[in-house]
Amino acid sequence: MPLSTKSSNHIWNILFICWLIATIAALGSLFFSEVMHFPPCIMCWYQRICMYPLVVLFLMALFPLDTHIIKYASALVSIGLFFAIYQNLLYYKILPEAAQPCAQGVSCTSDYINWFGFITIQLLSLIAFSLLFGLLFYLKRKLKV
Amino acid sequence: MKKQKLVVSALLVLIAAYIAGSFAYKYFYLKNLNFIASENASVFIRPHSPIVGNENAKTYIIEFFDPACETCKQFYPFVKKIMQKHPEQIKLILRYAPFHTDSYYIVQMLEAAKFQNLYFETLEVIFKYQDQWASHQAPNIAKLWSFLPEAGIDVEKLKSDMKRPEIDVIIKQDIEDGKLLNVSQTPEFFVNGKPLKRFGYKELEELVNSEL
Repeated sequence: MPLSTKSSNHIWNILFICWLIATIAALGSLFFSEVMHFPPCIMCWYQRICMYPLVVLFLMALFPLDTHIIKYASALVSIGLFFAIYQNLLYYKILPEAAQPCAQGVSCTSDYINWFGFITIQLLSLIAFSLLFGLLFYLKRKLKV
Repeated sequence: MKKQKLVVSALLVLIAAYIAGSFAYKYFYLKNLNFIASENASVFIRPHSPIVGNENAKTYIIEFFDPACETCKQFYPFVKKIMQKHPEQIKLILRYAPFHTDSYYIVQMLEAAKFQNLYFETLEVIFKYQDQWASHQAPNIAKLWSFLPEAGIDVEKLKSDMKRPEIDVIIKQDIEDGKLLNVSQTPEFFVNGKPLKRFGYKELEELVNSEL
């Protein structure tokens, strides 16, 4: 079914926002590790693996608009979201610390930043993946109708 | 065309923000360090810190190190070489940043070696056999005990000295100071309170030369 110009513009805008979120998340995580020299913990790496390719994939899907990206990006976003939720559960001690896989090296529950008393790197990642997940879910619903 | 412009300008803005942020961060970081250095020099040098070289030397290198860190081991002879090039002009102050799992324990050993006046001998033995007791596959600090007599250490005495509470105070102080100075990797160097702008052998030598 060919999309009308109006709805394709709408989809394009939302994918553009997705690309912005992914790019800000990627640059932000690089800022933390390369400029502020916070060593990334293993969970952070797993989430990076899911986030970084999205920067390229969303960009490619914008020119020309390719809605197949929703399928491919959803897979990466779901995996990233899974790790983000897991890490936040560890951080808020809902899951026991002993169950965490990163006993060696950097602790996944360390507080590198704590803005306004509650914004941590772990939370920032969760917010980014949740936003992407929500937007992609919305697009999927929209395209089906 | 409009869309392309939008994406390209967004990308440029983000990259510009990243670069500006890096410069701003480094600027404030250095400013803050200079502030700490001028207001509270004791963060860099504590009375308990081991000193290598001429104690009255004007130029001082602070090294935060971890005995299990390979790069620290590689830098140790290099720093000594820099000091030999300028005899009597430089002193090296060793601080602890025990980031590895068992490093705290090794630092306790080192501090306990002070009571036998064998600090640097012990440090050299610890570094010499680092690949054996701190190997990546199977770290086994118990192995270290068998190497310590090479430094002339009385192992039994060392074991009992390690339990002294003053050693804990020293290590905790170093960890505290390291946090204040943003030490996140080892080795971390400060020359007369100034950090390395970029990490490397050459960079360290240049910084030392500029401070002589």
